[in-house]
Amino acid sequence: MTAVEDRTGAPSPEIGKARKRKEDARLITGRTTWTDNMVLPGMLHLAVVRSPVAHARITNVDVTAAADAPGVVAVFTGADLAEEQGSLPCAWPVTPDMVNPGHPSIAVDRVNHVGEAVAVIVARSKAAAQDAVELVDVDYDGLPVVLDMEEAVEGGADLVHDHLESNTSYHFVFDAGEMGTGSDTEQAFADADVVVSRRLIQQRLIPAFMEPRSVVVQPQGDNYTMWSATQIPHILRVMAAMVTGIPEHKLRVVAPDVGGGFGGKLQVNPEEILCLLIARRLGKPVKWTETRSESLMTAHHGRDQIQYVDIAADREGNVKGLRVRLLADMGAYLRLITPGVPALGAFMYPGIYKFPAYRFECDGVFTNKVPTDAYRGAGRPEATFAIERIMDELAVELGMDPMELRRKNWINADEFPFTTVAGLAYDSGDYETATQQALELLGYDELRAEQQRRRESGDRVQLGIGISTFTEMCGLAPSRVLGSLSFGAGGWEHAAIRMLPTGKVEVVTGSTPHGQGHETAWSQLVADSLGVPFEDIEVLHGDTAISSRGLDTYGSRSLVVGGSAVVKAADKVIAKARKIAAHLLEASEDDLEFSGGRFSVRGTPGAGLGIQEIALAIFAAHDYPEGVEPSIDAEATFDPENFSFPHGTHLCAMEVDTETGFVKIRKYACVDDVGTIVNPLIVEGQVHGGLAQGIAQALYEEAVYDADGNLTTGTFVDYLVPSAADLPHFDTGNTVHTAPGNPIGAKGVGEAGCIASTPAVVNAALDAVRHLGVTDIRMPLTPERVWRAIHAGGDGGDRATAGSNAYGGAQTETTAGGGARSSVSNASSLGGDR
Amino acid sequence: MIPAPFEYARPTTVDEALQAIAAGGEDVKVLAGGQSLIPVMRLRLAAPETVVDLGRVTELRGVREDGDALVIGAMTTHSDVLADPLIGRYAPLIAEATATVADRQVRHRGTFGGALVHADPAGDLPAVALALDAEFVIAGTGGRRTVPAREFSVDYLTTAVGEEELLVEVRVPKLDGQWGMRYEKFNRVAQAWSIVAVAAAVRRENGHIAEARIGLTNMGPTPLRAGAVEAALAGAEATPEAIAAAAAHAAEGTEPSSDLNAQADYRQHLATVLTRRAVTAAAGL
Ligand SMILES: Cc1cc2nc3c(=O)[nH]c(=O)nc-3n(C[C@H](O)[C@H](O)[C@H](O)COP(=O)(O)OP(=O)(O)OC[C@H]3O[C@@H](n4cnc5c(N)ncnc54)[C@H](O)[C@@H]3O)c2cc1C
Repeated sequence: MTAVEDRTGAPSPEIGKARKRKEDARLITGRTTWTDNMVLPGMLHLAVVRSPVAHARITNVDVTAAADAPGVVAVFTGADLAEEQGSLPCAWPVTPDMVNPGHPSIAVDRVNHVGEAVAVIVARSKAAAQDAVELVDVDYDGLPVVLDMEEAVEGGADLVHDHLESNTSYHFVFDAGEMGTGSDTEQAFADADVVVSRRLIQQRLIPAFMEPRSVVVQPQGDNYTMWSATQIPHILRVMAAMVTGIPEHKLRVVAPDVGGGFGGKLQVNPEEILCLLIARRLGKPVKWTETRSESLMTAHHGRDQIQYVDIAADREGNVKGLRVRLLADMGAYLRLITPGVPALGAFMYPGIYKFPAYRFECDGVFTNKVPTDAYRGAGRPEATFAIERIMDELAVELGMDPMELRRKNWINADEFPFTTVAGLAYDSGDYETATQQALELLGYDELRAEQQRRRESGDRVQLGIGISTFTEMCGLAPSRVLGSLSFGAGGWEHAAIRMLPTGKVEVVTGSTPHGQGHETAWSQLVADSLGVPFEDIEVLHGDTAISSRGLDTYGSRSLVVGGSAVVKAADKVIAKARKIAAHLLEASEDDLEFSGGRFSVRGTPGAGLGIQEIALAIFAAHDYPEGVEPSIDAEATFDPENFSFPHGTHLCAMEVDTETGFVKIRKYACVDDVGTIVNPLIVEGQVHGGLAQGIAQALYEEAVYDADGNLTTGTFVDYLVPSAADLPHFDTGNTVHTAPGNPIGAKGVGEAGCIASTPAVVNAALDAVRHLGVTDIRMPLTPERVWRAIHAGGDGGDRATAGSNAYGGAQTETTAGGGARSSVSNASSLGGDR
Repeated sequence: MIPAPFEYARPTTVDEALQAIAAGGEDVKVLAGGQSLIPVMRLRLAAPETVVDLGRVTELRGVREDGDALVIGAMTTHSDVLADPLIGRYAPLIAEATATVADRQVRHRGTFGGALVHADPAGDLPAVALALDAEFVIAGTGGRRTVPAREFSVDYLTTAVGEEELLVEVRVPKLDGQWGMRYEKFNRVAQAWSIVAVAAAVRRENGHIAEARIGLTNMGPTPLRAGAVEAALAGAEATPEAIAAAAAHAAEGTEPSSDLNAQADYRQHLATVLTRRAVTAAAGL
């Protein structure tokens, strides 16, 4: 405690304190309710029979053997549920004429990707359900498989949905010239001294959350309770009600503790709907929990775009225009926000730079793969990657230092707020200061000197430094803006504060955590606002019966929007308590001062009342003013007018073994500006986790399909998620420019590391081998690709699609492209005929 | 996922185990550490009728000396191997390779014998056993037989151990004195199998390489000896140039697979680089 605090007796502020997260003990030890822990009397278990083929007509489904298997209660096919299943919702029709083929939860007469549900077994135990999967006999009549986006958009291409005219779902355009936020792009390119063009590939990624998806549904009379490992209980409730026809007020959705999501649980899943339909049919509680293989194969994937990027500049390095054309893989269907992910990115391609002209076009393309949808960053990592990569390419073309080029074009600190060519009003920041700090953290000059030495000596291991100076739009909120983008919902967030008789505080939030630490951060906010001890606060969330209004957690919105609602609710509690305090202290409201949780009367030392005491007084309600209600509880809904714009400078030093192509991060430093830091430990944790995922995109992760549309990377043996052992130490720092658009001043940190790091890593690898003639390497930078790029040119090319042989080829089976090899057994891991 | 139903037997001696295998029906699987078998069963790529668990057959566990050989029981876990002083002294190559296998948890359960019988081409220990000229003692109801390393690996996931047989122990010649060894493993993340790896044991005499034994991991369906490299090294000067020239032959006669991690030509390239590095280190350069 400082001397000042001793004098006033006030506790030190909670905001800014590196508190350990109060929820961690139960989350880390698992002593909590995960959905799969739920056991209800009479509960039945579901197992899903899934398509082993990517595109086919279903000609027959024979469930007799499965239905007769021990413990099996019922087997449902698509035909059984066709009448009532409706379509899974797509809440983001990005253009008025977007084509949505509809998304059945269970295939009826056609399958469009490997892993699509074709039958559901209901049994008394999970094991019995699983055993019966193999007994379902499905006949498939194969159709041509559409996998390659560039081929799929050609005229005459095979169709994913043959009742549609093409494989294109929509064509979305943002043209700054037409919107009046910039000048004519074609003209800018025509007039430019220098134009650099690249075709960049955002590979398909799998969110790979730790807790697999799990759903329990309990019917009681005409009421239904659904527990689900979801990020979005509130949105799920509305959507599930609309899909199934169960009235919204008869459906309660609970997200108990949820073990990660990264966007992968921002979804209305086929299995959630199937559980509701089957529980309704049978009148019994049911549970479905996926296996890891099911999760990798059928939970939505992320990214998967081809980016054609052109940048125009003059010889001095002033950027003149940016043109982006995307092919975005939707997969076989449109899920909740599938089409919106690439479209959201449209606004971020200009990055932190002052482009006078900009045009963005995107085609959403159907393929016979699992649908894509939100994955940490959703649209913004793709945009950041493209702009930060092309800035490096432009620097090379101009013979300029890549940092100099950025500096020349970025928005200066004195220019905020700044409206970009994409029409966004960037709120605050200082790119130069963050960059200076990051350069120091990295030890930039020494590393550049070492790089020079290694180049000159022709060292086998070359060194490179990669830069990413990024910003992102966060705090997905402004409801009116989301409306203008045709998003199907608003972006406000709700909070309530309940003052209990003993002075303890319940904070109800509509922003549902799945690992972020809301309980700790919200407690810190309320402790400061109300002046009550951190320990006296409990945060409730995730149950639509308790937290009835909310829009959940994604898009780095929780603190910015949800936390702000909490602060606003606390302000209302204080306002209500002030009236009670004035009454009890027999003072005028205007003479009351509120500080450290106490109302005191100005000029009357000693006269005062704590807010926790007021809570008891108003519970008793024996003595309170006329004309007010006997409660100091309050609710608030916050809807900011603008996004917030965190920014930062990320620097990566990379060693490349030119003999083998192996890349190794030597050092990673970043300085992020996320506005006000409520809890430095949580902020650093989010940055670390984000970096791990962004680096993983650059170096390790890729969902690979073979020529038949089988997911080759069907286990963690082949879908490489790095562990701590594979990642470097992170040198992190912060600058703080508060966000003017919310009462906390926070900008959001959930996605920053993930968005910023990928281009820094790839730029670093390229910087290491640029002098060897390498101009691009496709992600992930497998050693093979790096080696090929160095020794054969090009971007490293396609990988072989066969899975590695560990576990005896335990991916989906027809993937053994690398020469004939016998499989351990022909039994299918998927069930059904193969 | 959940394995298909199976019968379970837990013998305590090798003889009981052999009887349990014989009595187990059509498709019997022996369970050692379960680190390869259980995943394959959970994915239902294997659905044995009976599982015979060797976990209580204590006679199969441990390392002992027998004249000029080390005898490693099939059920000796990877972590036991790592901690064993005899292995550290006479066969450090085994310890070095074992340390690269998976993670602590897997090494605590996975066994030396299980890894060898599983015969995953990407597994690290088969090429090491081959480089060290190990001998495999296999027991069946008719008695025991000994198979040299060169005959042990038959094909992808297939060894000389017959359906009704057990690998009992592995005999490894003690190599000390002038022998240097090195396991050079190449993979993408810390806990992954080898994309390619090279096991080298080199005996130096008077500035020359008197003898080199080199095993290649994942350069074909079975581990291979890099015969052309060994021949080129025999009697060669222990210089970087001579070693590099010899290592250039490392991919001769190999037919590696193409998969996500590497296509065949890249694997062949890696084999030459890793052979050079392994031999250089083993030769103490
Ligand atoms: C995550 C993970 C990572 C791994 N990484 C690596 C790696 O980097 N390098 C590597 O080499 N290995 C790796 N492994 C495999 C590991 O080495 C296993 O321990 C080994 O492959 C199998 O040994 P086990 O004792 O677990 O055998 P089990 O799984 O019990 O058995 C494997 C097979 O051998 C048979 N078998 C076992 N013992 C006998 C016996 N005495 N006689 C006859 N048949 C027998 C079984 O029937 C079965 O078919 C990894 C495993 C995991 C789970």
